[in-house]
Amino acid sequence: MSQMNMIQAVRSALDVMMDKDPTVIILGQDVGYFGGVFRCTDGLQEKYGEHRVIDAPIAEGGIIGSAIGIGVNGLRPVAEIQFADYIYPGLDQIISELARLRYRSGGEFFSPVTIRAPCGGGIRGGQTHSQSPEALFTHLSGIKTVMPSNPYDAKGLLISAIESDDPVVFFEPKRIYNGPFDGDPNKPAVSWSKHPGGEVPEDYYSIPLGKAAVVEEGDELSIITYGTMVHVAKAAVHKAGISADIIDVRSLVPLDVETLKQSVEKTGRCLITHEASRFGGYGAELVATVQEECFWSLQAPIERVAGWETPYPHAFEWDYFPAQDRIIASIHKIMEAV
Amino acid sequence: MTPKSRLHIPQPSARPGDAPDFSYLALSEAGAVARPDSDTPASQIENLASDLVRVLDDNGMAQGEWVPDLTTDQLLEALRLMLLTRQFDARMQRAQRQGKISFYMQSLGEEAISIAQGMALEPGDMMFPSYRNQGLFIMRGTSLVDLMCQCLSNTRDMCKGRQMPIMYHNKQANLFSVSGNLATQYPHAVGWAMASAIKGEDHIASAWVGDGSTAEADFHYALTFAAVYQAPVILNVVNNQWAISTFQGFAGGERRSFAARGLGLGIPGVRVDGNDLLAIYAVTQWAAERARQGGGPTLIEHVTYRGGAHSTSDDPSRYRPKDEWEAFPLGDPVKRLKQHLVNAGHWSDEQHTALEEELKAFVNEAWKEAVTYGTMTEGPRLDVRVMFDDVYAEVPPHLERQRQQLLALRGLSE
Repeated sequence: MSQMNMIQAVRSALDVMMDKDPTVIILGQDVGYFGGVFRCTDGLQEKYGEHRVIDAPIAEGGIIGSAIGIGVNGLRPVAEIQFADYIYPGLDQIISELARLRYRSGGEFFSPVTIRAPCGGGIRGGQTHSQSPEALFTHLSGIKTVMPSNPYDAKGLLISAIESDDPVVFFEPKRIYNGPFDGDPNKPAVSWSKHPGGEVPEDYYSIPLGKAAVVEEGDELSIITYGTMVHVAKAAVHKAGISADIIDVRSLVPLDVETLKQSVEKTGRCLITHEASRFGGYGAELVATVQEECFWSLQAPIERVAGWETPYPHAFEWDYFPAQDRIIASIHKIMEAV
Repeated sequence: MTPKSRLHIPQPSARPGDAPDFSYLALSEAGAVARPDSDTPASQIENLASDLVRVLDDNGMAQGEWVPDLTTDQLLEALRLMLLTRQFDARMQRAQRQGKISFYMQSLGEEAISIAQGMALEPGDMMFPSYRNQGLFIMRGTSLVDLMCQCLSNTRDMCKGRQMPIMYHNKQANLFSVSGNLATQYPHAVGWAMASAIKGEDHIASAWVGDGSTAEADFHYALTFAAVYQAPVILNVVNNQWAISTFQGFAGGERRSFAARGLGLGIPGVRVDGNDLLAIYAVTQWAAERARQGGGPTLIEHVTYRGGAHSTSDDPSRYRPKDEWEAFPLGDPVKRLKQHLVNAGHWSDEQHTALEEELKAFVNEAWKEAVTYGTMTEGPRLDVRVMFDDVYAEVPPHLERQRQQLLALRGLSE
């Protein structure tokens, strides 16, 4: 066991899989000689060669499109999209081709592509380096969508994503690459070294896709969230002084409905939070699921705390970001409901 | 007058009621274009992107350096496959008119491309067809019954009822799944070819798009990636002059050929007579040899004409002269190969008519068998349970739950 930040954990997952399975290759902008703008592939080209860690032209549609062909020919490509904000030129390839290839060919063709993309805000990236587009992908049939909230999960889930014969879009919340972030930008940065999620085995292990994690247990409220917001929600719960289940869904599709259900049936109150903007966001699906599954257990309306419905603003980042104050206000609202 | 900028709106040379006019097509004489060695640097053979490689002359005689090494038996087989494709198309077109299938697309006038290229490539080479490459499926031995059952979405449909007609695939025969989204297969072919090179194999990939689809971003991604990595791939543009009602000028074909699109990236372009089976075979063989020896991609433009409507939902008499195909200077690929074989004393009108009848009967037999597996109006029907399979490698709980909901609604057991 060693201490890793999320960048090191992602790199370790890639390293373990490239070592274990000679068909795993990496394709993306700056991933090769340079080792990636976030260093997630640092040293891998040196170790596995230019034919397995391949620098790509700046064409996300081309990266994803060619990765599909590479996957059809028996290799297992991991494509890196440098920022989730840049994934859109590849959407036709993801939606019309990657997600549906197995279905449309009667189960005969498939391409086991994993697409990694750093996502989310909190890094002064403005609207082109801060987006959380996960809901777009959860709407597609045939793709799995994953977002870890700590290094241990990042490695275990990425290994499962690479091993999966289904395509996976793997979002990495870049604000927590180097340490957990509780939503307060004025506090000194915290590293993963003191966090249990930063304890990562060096060897192979996997975490199955489709299983949520209960990161904190309580009995008054269920908070359902993922990514950076897991840490923000935790801090908000402590500050509000209540006892809450905090559930990190980790795998947005497939969704672990059972874990959500057990928690909300126990607590009777539910708050859902994510960084992405609210309308049509993944939280809407979570609200609908909880309502369908747990309506008769609910003692208060379900609350949603999300990004405002504006593009991600540069100067107003901390007004936009759904920080602790907004979560605490919603907690009070839920707890005060009869 | 001070000069002003102005918007150019491309116009086709003829509209309904006009006399067809193909004066815009740059043609070369059969045999006039020299055949360079297949390892010649791209910069030294840029003429191939504007000249037109032709082998068969107007009298059906094979001319020049591009005459391929094909036996009489191979040529007769090519003619049979083209005729079979045409008979298959005619039967399926009729089936659509009879309401037996929902939709169809003929390859009338373009048969030589699929048949010649299929013959020039090795069985281990992977093909990424467009929707008008049914000839590839036929020449690689996909049974007509299987193709028909796909169009019928019946109990033997290879796509399990999930795709509209003509979206075939044949994994065993190395034919990728046809997509209804245009040009998406181009980067797939490049990726497949990259993987082949990564694995150290000598299989190559080949992909097809129409002139209209060259405007898609995927076309340009594919060319860039193919050039950057020198992927062993043949990228084909089937320039049949029309993209539904949009003539090739709207894809940017007015000033330079489609074959020239790769020159800026250092990809050799070859413009070939797309109705000349011998020329297509020779050019494909040249490009395949180049790819297999590490010479990277070739962009081939096949100059042809879409003899029929875009699809059964289209009426070309509304936007182009009815007799345009008859005036097309490169003729009909079937007639041209037939004439070549007749000239050489290997074929006759009688044999040709007999073969057409034989193939028509063969296609009709296949149709009779195909409909026993069901049609749109008559059973047997596909089991609706398969609707939830193959979305993922394994059926996840939420889809299993939805399947059970539907079965309960239909009064069916698990």
